[in-house]
Amino acid sequence: MKFAVIVFPGSNCDVDMFHAVQDELGEEVEYVWHDADDLSEFDGILLPGGFSYGDYLRSGAIAHLSKVMSEVKKAAQAGKPVLGVCNGFQILLESGLLPGAMLRNKDLKFVCKPAQLKVENNETMFSSLYSKGEKVTIPVAHGEGNYYCDEATLQQLQANQQIVFTYTDNFNGSLESIAGIVNEQGNVLGMMPHPERAVDELLGSADGLKLFQSIVKQWRESHVVNA
Amino acid sequence: MSLMLEPSASQIKEQKIYREMGMTDEEFAKAEEILGRTPNYTETGLFSVMWSEHCSYKNSKPVLRKFPTTGERVLQGPGEGAGIVDIGDEQAVVFKIESHNHPSAIEPYQGAATGVGGIIRDVFSMGARPVAMLNSLRFGELDSSRVKYLFEEVVAGIAGYGNCIGIPTVGGEVQFDRTYEGNPLVNAMCVGLIDHKDIQKGQAKGVGNTVMYVGAKTGRDGIHGATFASEELSEQSEEKRPAVQVGDPFMEKLLLEACLELVKSDALVGIQDMGAAGLTSSSAEMASKAGSGIEMNLDVVPQRETGMTPYEMMLSESQERMLIVVKRGREQEIEELFAKYGLEAATVGRVTDDGMLRLLHKGEIVAEVPADALAEDAPVYYKPSEEPAYYRDYQAMEQETPQVEDLKETLMQLLSQPTIASKEWVYGQYDYQVRTNTVVAPGSDAAVVRVRGTNKALAMTTDCNSRYLYLDPEAGGKIAVAEAARNIVCSGGEPLAITDCLNFGNPEKPEIFWQLEKATDGMSEACRVLSTPVIGGNVSLYNETNGTAVYPTPVVGMVGLIKDLSHITTQTFKQAGDLIYMIGETAVEFGGSELQKLQNGGEIYGKAPAIDLAVEEKRQASLLKAIQAGAVQSAHDIAEGGFAVALAEKAFGTELGANVRLDGHIEAAAALFSETQSRFIVTVSKEKQEVFESIAADAKLIGEVTAEAALVIKQQEETVIEAAVNELEGAWKGAIPCLLKSEA
Repeated sequence: MKFAVIVFPGSNCDVDMFHAVQDELGEEVEYVWHDADDLSEFDGILLPGGFSYGDYLRSGAIAHLSKVMSEVKKAAQAGKPVLGVCNGFQILLESGLLPGAMLRNKDLKFVCKPAQLKVENNETMFSSLYSKGEKVTIPVAHGEGNYYCDEATLQQLQANQQIVFTYTDNFNGSLESIAGIVNEQGNVLGMMPHPERAVDELLGSADGLKLFQSIVKQWRESHVVNA
Repeated sequence: MSLMLEPSASQIKEQKIYREMGMTDEEFAKAEEILGRTPNYTETGLFSVMWSEHCSYKNSKPVLRKFPTTGERVLQGPGEGAGIVDIGDEQAVVFKIESHNHPSAIEPYQGAATGVGGIIRDVFSMGARPVAMLNSLRFGELDSSRVKYLFEEVVAGIAGYGNCIGIPTVGGEVQFDRTYEGNPLVNAMCVGLIDHKDIQKGQAKGVGNTVMYVGAKTGRDGIHGATFASEELSEQSEEKRPAVQVGDPFMEKLLLEACLELVKSDALVGIQDMGAAGLTSSSAEMASKAGSGIEMNLDVVPQRETGMTPYEMMLSESQERMLIVVKRGREQEIEELFAKYGLEAATVGRVTDDGMLRLLHKGEIVAEVPADALAEDAPVYYKPSEEPAYYRDYQAMEQETPQVEDLKETLMQLLSQPTIASKEWVYGQYDYQVRTNTVVAPGSDAAVVRVRGTNKALAMTTDCNSRYLYLDPEAGGKIAVAEAARNIVCSGGEPLAITDCLNFGNPEKPEIFWQLEKATDGMSEACRVLSTPVIGGNVSLYNETNGTAVYPTPVVGMVGLIKDLSHITTQTFKQAGDLIYMIGETAVEFGGSELQKLQNGGEIYGKAPAIDLAVEEKRQASLLKAIQAGAVQSAHDIAEGGFAVALAEKAFGTELGANVRLDGHIEAAAALFSETQSRFIVTVSKEKQEVFESIAADAKLIGEVTAEAALVIKQQEETVIEAAVNELEGAWKGAIPCLLKSEA
């Protein structure tokens, strides 16, 4: 399976994402610059964290206008897995691939720490290797991760089981403790916690690795069926 | 503003306008002598800023010369953007610490943020990839709204810049003391990695080569920042707010990536950050180091504002700019490289052979000064030094154990002192994990960052206890270096070298200069004994408010090499049943201690703790050997607050406790809270007892790690402290958030 790590000016978790896939997951991965106009050779798209365009104006607001984003949308429509982490999640929200918006953390400060998440839905291509209700430790590092959406959207997210991860300790004030959601089709996941930072016990946790392995598992299965 | 409004050369001389720029009459006369004429306004600006203490070290050079700066592993000592030390496998570590005290006192967010930005540029201008940031911060007590504001905004500024640019802030220290009330200290350190072949120098070599300007445009911010940094703070300092620059971490991220791509190109000849004194220092120093000259056309310098004068352009300290020299004819590929990152690379000049820094503006030569005169010929002052009366008085005092009514309550109070208390409120705002190499996060003795692709890691720390330095600058200087090394060793690292940031008062006062002399004597000796040469650093003098100096605060930034990831050790208990050892004897030493400060309303007196560097070296060497032999489960040095605080810290975050027994050669309060140096608490699994004892022969078995989360400390048979760990931990964790919330 071949992954693309999209690099925007100001992305800074691109290296972490790249190494998680190459060194720990053991799959093919390439950096793709924000002005790329073709992603057809990639099987999975990863939007890393960071401060694209300095987060000026609004987190993700400028990055979502990048040339590569129309290609990311095509990939999403084609059913390919698209994962946005932290700033990547914010870009997915800005681009409309996922519903909702981010507010500043409830105490108005940047928070970096290992966070405990609960797996709410393990029937997605990103979470199939977790068990439902499993508690996992995945680091967070953000200033604007307080998820918000309107009532109708929330009902829809709940009805469609689109909430994949929640915080067990809702430190940033997110609506319904939401940490990560998928789109209706289930192939676009946005999450504030950083699974790519939790792929090696040496650094404190390897709980994020199963997320990447879930993606590969689903891809291999569908690949065999389609072959 | 046109040139017409600037004073003429004769007006500058007659009206002594140079004094407003911080130049003395003698210095101005010397500049005249060098030029053979009276300098014009722009030239006076060049001299004044390059001859400021911040750029020239004119007052501190005599003491800096004492530092040992060479060693087997040292690839680059002081003099370039940052020092470089070999770590094997054709790799090296690059690091430096720098102050941004005065800007942070006036505009704390931007002052701290641009301090971070500046030190990062120093590291990547060497061609290195910055991999970690540390800091060392000092504030007044958290009981005034002004201090709380400074503290909160400095932390936010560091976080804002470091998080955005994506370099993890992995460690540091924060000390609170009344002495820093009006003059906080904000020191930032950056650590980078480099392959030997990529090491760059800031040199303008090769006559005819092209000088290019890259990065952000030049504005009117930060003009005379270096001069401002070389004055005492006063009520009028608020007016210097325009001398504080504004940071743009996004711009710096682009510049960083572009420059690291640039250093792979053989078109690059030299590169230097436009830091203090901006375009002036970068051009003059690059020319001077190469023995060449530089001619620049200021019309083509990218400008953010209209109508800027040569004086303003040359003295601006706008951030996120670099000056580079490239081979003639290769300009276009450099422009394309920077364009990829959305940055402009402007050809602004060329390297000449006449040794002059020559500036053209609107078709005229507006300045023509020998580059060496600016970069090398600043006067060096040997300031008078005088032992202060307070020192003689303190030295005459006897060490005595303070009266303590309730030992447990005193331990709780010590753990709640903001200098000792948990700094989670601080480091929780820093992204300490980005780049996914942080093995030991903030909160242990030293931070540990692995070197990706190898089995090695780097341990890093910043340290200084300025109270000891105030009481006895020589002993305190030794202790600062020794304690940094202790932290590195406790993490499993071999200390490599240090960078230092000498924060002192006004050196023109003999008693302050005496502190500077004695502190650097002590540091130099410790660096020699512990084999940690000084590879670079920064001097920040004039840290005074309305005539009163801060305690002498020479911050030590140290990096160590962990040769194998399996050697990485942290300070906390690992499992019940492990044996607890203490290395080192406790004496009655309370001068400058946390307990003394606590009991005396912040005042300190008496003798600083003594230190024997030979003993220190021996203990560190044997502890490191024991760690490398796999015999140590956890290690922690005994520092502020003494044994009881160190033992409690070992239990925090573990759900374990300890049962220990101390001997009775001194009073309980001394055994628990004295700050005798060169001591460690180590835990060892029972299986490794023999191995450990054979290596660390003088370690004394004092007890065991317990499954019950309580600290039980006995002296002989008498229980002197018995406390639940969660009670102690609550006090330790809650102290800073609580102080910030309480009414000023």
